[in-house]
Amino acid sequence: MFEKDLKFLEDAFKQYYFDHFNLINVPDRASEREFGYMKFNTGMIRHISLKTDKDLHLMLMSNIPSDVFCSNAYYTFPSMPMSEKDWKGADIIFDIDAKDLKLPCRKDHTCNKCTSCGEIFVSQDGCPKCKSNKIEHISLPCDNCMAGLKKELSKLDKVLTDDLNIPANDIVTSFSGNEGFHLYVKHSQYNDLGSKERSELIDYIKFQKVIPETFGFKKNNPSKSSFPEFGESGWKGRVAKELFGSKSKKSKLVSKIISDGYVAYREKLDEIGKNSIGIKIDPNVTVDIHRIFRLEGSLNSKSGLCKLACKDVGKFRPYTEACLIDDKPTEIIANCPIKFQLKNKKFGPYNGEKTSVPKYAAVYMMCKGIANSA
Amino acid sequence: MISFGHDEIVKYPFLAEAGQYLKDQGFTLEQFATDPDLQIIVDRAYERIESASQGNIYNYKVDDSSNKDSSLPLEVFSFLIAIILLKLAGMNTLVSRFSLAEARRAERFLEKDLVGKSNKTNEEFATKIFLDLFSIKIKKNGDYFTIPIADYLKHAVHFHELEWKLINRHVENGMVFLTPHESVRLTRKQLGNYIGTRIRSAQTPESFQVFEEKVAKLVKMGKKLTVTTTISTEFPPCIKRAIEVLNNGENLSHSGRFMLGTFLLGRGQTIEQIAPLFKNAPDYKERTTLYQLKQLSGETGSNTKYACPSCDKIKSNDLCFAIPECDNIINPMQFGKKRL
Repeated sequence: MFEKDLKFLEDAFKQYYFDHFNLINVPDRASEREFGYMKFNTGMIRHISLKTDKDLHLMLMSNIPSDVFCSNAYYTFPSMPMSEKDWKGADIIFDIDAKDLKLPCRKDHTCNKCTSCGEIFVSQDGCPKCKSNKIEHISLPCDNCMAGLKKELSKLDKVLTDDLNIPANDIVTSFSGNEGFHLYVKHSQYNDLGSKERSELIDYIKFQKVIPETFGFKKNNPSKSSFPEFGESGWKGRVAKELFGSKSKKSKLVSKIISDGYVAYREKLDEIGKNSIGIKIDPNVTVDIHRIFRLEGSLNSKSGLCKLACKDVGKFRPYTEACLIDDKPTEIIANCPIKFQLKNKKFGPYNGEKTSVPKYAAVYMMCKGIANSA
Repeated sequence: MISFGHDEIVKYPFLAEAGQYLKDQGFTLEQFATDPDLQIIVDRAYERIESASQGNIYNYKVDDSSNKDSSLPLEVFSFLIAIILLKLAGMNTLVSRFSLAEARRAERFLEKDLVGKSNKTNEEFATKIFLDLFSIKIKKNGDYFTIPIADYLKHAVHFHELEWKLINRHVENGMVFLTPHESVRLTRKQLGNYIGTRIRSAQTPESFQVFEEKVAKLVKMGKKLTVTTTISTEFPPCIKRAIEVLNNGENLSHSGRFMLGTFLLGRGQTIEQIAPLFKNAPDYKERTTLYQLKQLSGETGSNTKYACPSCDKIKSNDLCFAIPECDNIINPMQFGKKRL
């Protein structure tokens, strides 16, 4: 990052932190958690212990971090090296990211940046300027992405409350500040589970590694198979709805499943797990019991947007409500071939041109790597 | 600790504290070594270990009430003397096999007690074993037993069969529904571990001449069971594919890089040998690559040497490209490993 851009972003982030201390608080059991942060153009600094909001605010003002993190785990000694921390448990966290939904709209709002020469372009092939194939994809998510994410969140919420019996009060959903949501589960029977056990929960939630017998297929005597009913709880009821659609269609479809055979049924279950009923969480996040996660109320250096808890996910508008940097007019050189919208205002496309935009949009584009200070 | 009576100690002899139990019954170890009338117990103890080493479950009908009075010393003592013989032989393989066989033997009784059709006390005792030994709160629900999901997962993760995966169980309101047989099967490994730990933590007693012949035979038996293996230098398909992706200059996911790094380190390659493989990655930075490999090898960071992820995990991350030669291995490190 250029010196000038760095200075601009640091000033913008510092101003945000100073103006929004009320949004940035240490979480529960703060003294047992590990904190960490990154500065623009530097690596991660972690194994920090912070006990109060004051400690946190002091750290923000003295370091002006680009990103602030806090562990989902609780330790006896959070500031010691990992092997000496003494792990006591960890909140369960699910991450649903727009890129994992593989929505058809994604290609319409993704551009490419050549990591060799910095050229920004839309086509899917290699760099048109230097022919390098070292390419970074830059996505500016749209409303359709957000609607897709909310649908996944609603499915996840249902499985957590109905199947896993997690009280709705113990679930907190936050916009990650870029293109996803984090769902936290606190104080549950699952918090002392290790990585392997969490990996089982992931397969359950993603509806993967399913065997046909679980969903009624009798391998040795297919005609005696007993397929799920609509009113059944858990995955059986969901599978019935997905496979049969309505009660009137069931008997015809059951005959087809039996005649197609065991392997075809297994493939069908795999397919609906992958493409419809399975919930598209990022397995690497949930399985990690030592990870540090972006702190709520802090800014995301990939976008300049804030990580924010959503009271009502359905009504939450991330690119308005989480866009909290001020709107002071700012001159930039923007090279953004895609249109985007922040705070209900449309921006772009820009073709390497000098333009004046509100500060939040300037920060957004600079964080995305598609603009520089003028 | 669980308190138990005559029936329970025959079914679950591992719950007794060996030395104390013999003392309470008025016996010393020396008597077993010198009294010809007790030789049958030593013989039975040896058979019990031999049977376990062959993968069989030692069989004895506990329910035969006519035989109950005489069964107690023979069945319980043969278990306790078996522990003494195992301690004297010092063969870990035999301890593991014996523990597993005894766990499987106890499973039969535990399952029957759990159903508790004829005896409510047995059901309560079995439920208490689940709580005290395995920290599982098991509850009866019609013909099924329910176990909290978190408790279930802590045990089910030891199984590789898909039927034990949470997704393939009946789950409702945070509970997993299991048949009595499944409930007991769930804890076999832990029961085996429990028995094994008790054996390994017991003191090695002084040896008597009459035991020596049997101990020598056990050592010979244990040595036969020790397996030697050879490892082929061929890489499994998941690793080949990961290398291919990197060679093509395509992006390999974080989990793919983790798999590749841990696999090659596990096969004895050095960081300097592995690092150049990543040179074609779109985001290659020499410093970062070396840092990450050092973290994986335990050279820096938490000093934890990371193991190569299981095939199951690799499948979850869409990195598995299994071929027939994979032959149901559960970790890429096992690829090409042949028993001699």
